[in-house]
Amino acid sequence: MDNVVIMGTGPAGLTAAIYAARADLRPLVVEGNAPGGQLIVSCEVENYPGFPDAVSGMELMGLFRKQAERFGARFVSGVVTSVKALAGGYVLTCGDEPIETRAIVVATGAMARRLPIASEAKYYGKGISGCATCDGAFYRNLDVIVVGGGNTAMEDAIFLTRFAKSVTIVHRRDYLRAAPVEVEKARGNPKIKWMIPRVIDEIIGEDLVTGVTLRKPDTNDTEHMDCDGIFVAIGHDPKTELFRDLIDCDSLGFVRIEPGSTRTSAAGVFACGDVADPHYKQAVIAAGTGCMAALDAQKYLEMNVK
Amino acid sequence: MLNTTLKHLEAEQELKDALDTHKNVMICCGRMGPMCLPVYAAMRDLRDEYSNVSFFDQDFDGPAASYIKNLPECAEFRGLPFTVYFRGGKAVVATTSIQTSEQVREILDREFDGK
Repeated sequence: MDNVVIMGTGPAGLTAAIYAARADLRPLVVEGNAPGGQLIVSCEVENYPGFPDAVSGMELMGLFRKQAERFGARFVSGVVTSVKALAGGYVLTCGDEPIETRAIVVATGAMARRLPIASEAKYYGKGISGCATCDGAFYRNLDVIVVGGGNTAMEDAIFLTRFAKSVTIVHRRDYLRAAPVEVEKARGNPKIKWMIPRVIDEIIGEDLVTGVTLRKPDTNDTEHMDCDGIFVAIGHDPKTELFRDLIDCDSLGFVRIEPGSTRTSAAGVFACGDVADPHYKQAVIAAGTGCMAALDAQKYLEMNVK
Repeated sequence: MLNTTLKHLEAEQELKDALDTHKNVMICCGRMGPMCLPVYAAMRDLRDEYSNVSFFDQDFDGPAASYIKNLPECAEFRGLPFTVYFRGGKAVVATTSIQTSEQVREILDREFDGK
């Protein structure tokens, strides 16, 4: 039986792996279907301490992983599809192999929300994208929309100005959640236009997206806007479906943890990072709570394993 | 090179050999990004079940990717990865952007006989 299985390889999971490995727990890290977590889509991470010249999300997560491997963390590619309690621990299904473990660190992060429009799926990869750094180059000299008002939306919009003829930020509210420094950068970019407050009611196109119908939420007035691409950055939902029967989650799906710790409602199960953070959602906080989870797991094992 | 456990096609000749020697082929041409990784994961999970299909990946930024990029089936694609299914050397289906295991399975079942 393993001491601790860490589910997730974002900043929380990999920090937990570093600390658990240094504590000689030989953690097993299950990568999940998005190794590196949400940060890998960021072309420039400017606010992670220790990197004054910014660092790409991909590079940063590569360094996290290298550090965890250095101390003996083991990695397995795959996705956990079930978690069940057994005497003295838990059994996880990952591919064909069951994994028995005394403790679990849940660091599964969050997944990007999709636009609540029926035709969205049809146009994915044909005008709609959830990843500006992945797909931005396909929109060279074209007109694109970025949907959202948070930091990711501002960063995506600024990044897309490298390629697109114009970038229009569409946001449902008349205020932005993004940090003032990001808003200022976007506002100062001559290629960026604003359609606020507006929501997308309809996506228009045949094989490819050609436009949208926008609606003003306060008056319900609608208008047509031509565009070639829509980049969706409207937030994330916690990836907790697998655990809903095992641990308490709030109404939005975030894992409930005991204040000041990473302990969940199930003995030996600890949660860290965005999966348990409805408020801050920052890589540096995820890393901090990953450290807490490893220390909590270590203490749990010391007290419960004979 | 892509960091996956799939077989990589790094040279155009490798791709042509793969199409010449295997009847049913699935190639995912992408990067190590969030839209591509779930497709590689689906291929990894399905490859044992679909022994009648040969699964490969290819670096979108490598020179050999020009074959996939220039296929007419991919001409209007605007999202990574480009995933192409070949039967008898001919492209029969191509998809763009993220795909779930269920979507991949549906195409494999529909296009390729005999697991």
